[in-house]
Amino acid sequence: MSREAILQRVRTALGRSAGQAAPDPPPARLSISEMSAESRIASLLARVEALAGRGLRAATAADVAPIVSQVLANRSAVASEAPYLAECSITQLPGVRSGITGRDELRQLCATADVGITSADYALADTGTLVMLSSPQEARMISLLPPAHLAVVPSDRVLSGLDELFSILPDPAAATSSMVLITGPSRTADIEQILVRGVHGPGEITVIVVG
Amino acid sequence: MSLEFDEKIHKTLGDARLQQAIYTSTGRLKEARINIIGANALPDYQELRSQANALKKHTIDHLDYYLEQFQRNVEEHGGNVSFCQDGTEVADFVLSLARQRGARLIVKSKSMTTEEIDLNERLEHHGLESVETDFGEYILQLAHERPYHIVAPALHKTRYDVAEIFHQRLHIPHEMGIEKQAAIARSTLRQKFLAADIGISGANFLVADSGAVVIVENEGNARLTTSAPKIHIAVVGIEKLIPRAQDLATFLKLLARSATGQALSVYTSILSGPRRGGEIDGPDEFYVLLLDNGRSKLLANPDRRQSLYCIRCGACLNTCPVYRKIGGHSFPWVYSGPIGAILTPQFMGASHEPGLPFASSLCGACAEVCPVKIEIPKLLLELRTEVRKSRLERLAFRAFAWLMRHPGAYEMAGRMAASLTPSGNRGWIGSVPAWLNVGPIRAWLSQRDLPPPPSQSFRQLWRRR
Repeated sequence: MSREAILQRVRTALGRSAGQAAPDPPPARLSISEMSAESRIASLLARVEALAGRGLRAATAADVAPIVSQVLANRSAVASEAPYLAECSITQLPGVRSGITGRDELRQLCATADVGITSADYALADTGTLVMLSSPQEARMISLLPPAHLAVVPSDRVLSGLDELFSILPDPAAATSSMVLITGPSRTADIEQILVRGVHGPGEITVIVVG
Repeated sequence: MSLEFDEKIHKTLGDARLQQAIYTSTGRLKEARINIIGANALPDYQELRSQANALKKHTIDHLDYYLEQFQRNVEEHGGNVSFCQDGTEVADFVLSLARQRGARLIVKSKSMTTEEIDLNERLEHHGLESVETDFGEYILQLAHERPYHIVAPALHKTRYDVAEIFHQRLHIPHEMGIEKQAAIARSTLRQKFLAADIGISGANFLVADSGAVVIVENEGNARLTTSAPKIHIAVVGIEKLIPRAQDLATFLKLLARSATGQALSVYTSILSGPRRGGEIDGPDEFYVLLLDNGRSKLLANPDRRQSLYCIRCGACLNTCPVYRKIGGHSFPWVYSGPIGAILTPQFMGASHEPGLPFASSLCGACAEVCPVKIEIPKLLLELRTEVRKSRLERLAFRAFAWLMRHPGAYEMAGRMAASLTPSGNRGWIGSVPAWLNVGPIRAWLSQRDLPPPPSQSFRQLWRRR
């Protein structure tokens, strides 16, 4: 009904016929800058700090848990099922809840916890961005409902920027139902262009790069 | 120009507080943009603009192909696509789905497309509660106002206005701190998010090759809208298509920089279908409503088609000397500023507000900042030719043309004008006799002034030489 009517109007306006193919679009513009691993990490952490987040570094997976404890400072936390968090012994920390598989239970917990702890699939050096693909291990609410978000990222997951991300993941939809890029704490400047953090999502963000 | 347009403009110009608010906010947005597209911050800015323009041109020129490809890919990921001709069809779809699922509460993230079709009003008319969740939009919904700006909807509101609105509508004491006001909105809306049955969003891009809906925002309310309720409905104009996910690398670099001066907005969500096997959260149902509402009509003219390239960054508003004086609510439709001046006549017809294509100095600032290179001044000029002049105006111009061809009559008219015109002030006429200053003449003169004719014309001086 409306589908055919609209498509037909579009085709008539464009002088095209039903089922007519399209030529290739202009080639995608992806230019990946050469960056050493160290300068990527340095740029990522500096960008996170510039966005009023906290950028930290752990030498090995074994060094992560004490840093996380310090960041938590006795606050309650909920952690995702990302295997990397268990590998870093974060799920065993006191006050950290994990292993929740029910939607309502997880939502209740996220709505009351102080900190949500996740891993990230990638991070982008030039913008200070976390790239999170939702999965059975990585639920959406953990990085969204608590007032603070802490993400632990292995250093080999730090990409130079958007161009490298989309050359690795040319079709994110094939990998996940939801890919979210997170660049700094939630913010608004709707009133008088005055910056306020944490209006709906977490107002506090901490990124720990490991290795 | 209609009297209504004229009156709104004068009301805005006469409001010193409002002038200050518009000027400061657009000024900050404008500066933030300039700082982040500079040669040091983004050396390939101009190449990105050309690429974005080429991609939009290609997609719009083959739009039927990409619409069909998009639909196939959304369905492949378990989502649904419906085509809607207008706001009625969108509302009917939502209402019937809400009835089937027993849904009552809807949370909404900011979308100009749903403003275009008054979706909230339509849904509320049928007993559904539809809550705007963007901080600025929430304030405006409480105040029953429409967005003042594409990107910063409550740009005209100060903290004192917000305190008053919250006091009136939420029955709380006046709270003047912007941070506290945001906290009030957060906790009120948090309850809505957790209780909502349906989330309705717009979209910044639709990716044809992956069937993905892309939403860019800073607050997190769009993430909550699209992932907390069990049903997500995206209402999107058919022009939002781009060919590939890889093209997001181009568009995302331009959008936030042009809009707010950020390298990337805080949250970019690339969503394709409902939650998949084993996922703990995310929507169970995923719908994309592709809205025409006049867009297919615009496609027929190959020159004007480019109006549909717009990615709604709002940069043309912030830089426009006219928008910065007359503000968003003077404009006759939801889209304001230079982009509104070219979209409104094409969507609503030239007679909707005949003065609109003329509300521009054609300075070209809008075209210079447009990230997808829409030739706004050229389109404004073209749209001017479509405005039918009133009979009185046509008569006046015909009389003027006759006068210019008859020197004797011209001289007499000049002498009459000189004797009739008051001496004026500061070298301008300023006002005309009250009996002349009525109706369309008044509207015409309200925007125009002249130095008074001299008591001696050049011809008189020449003869007496």
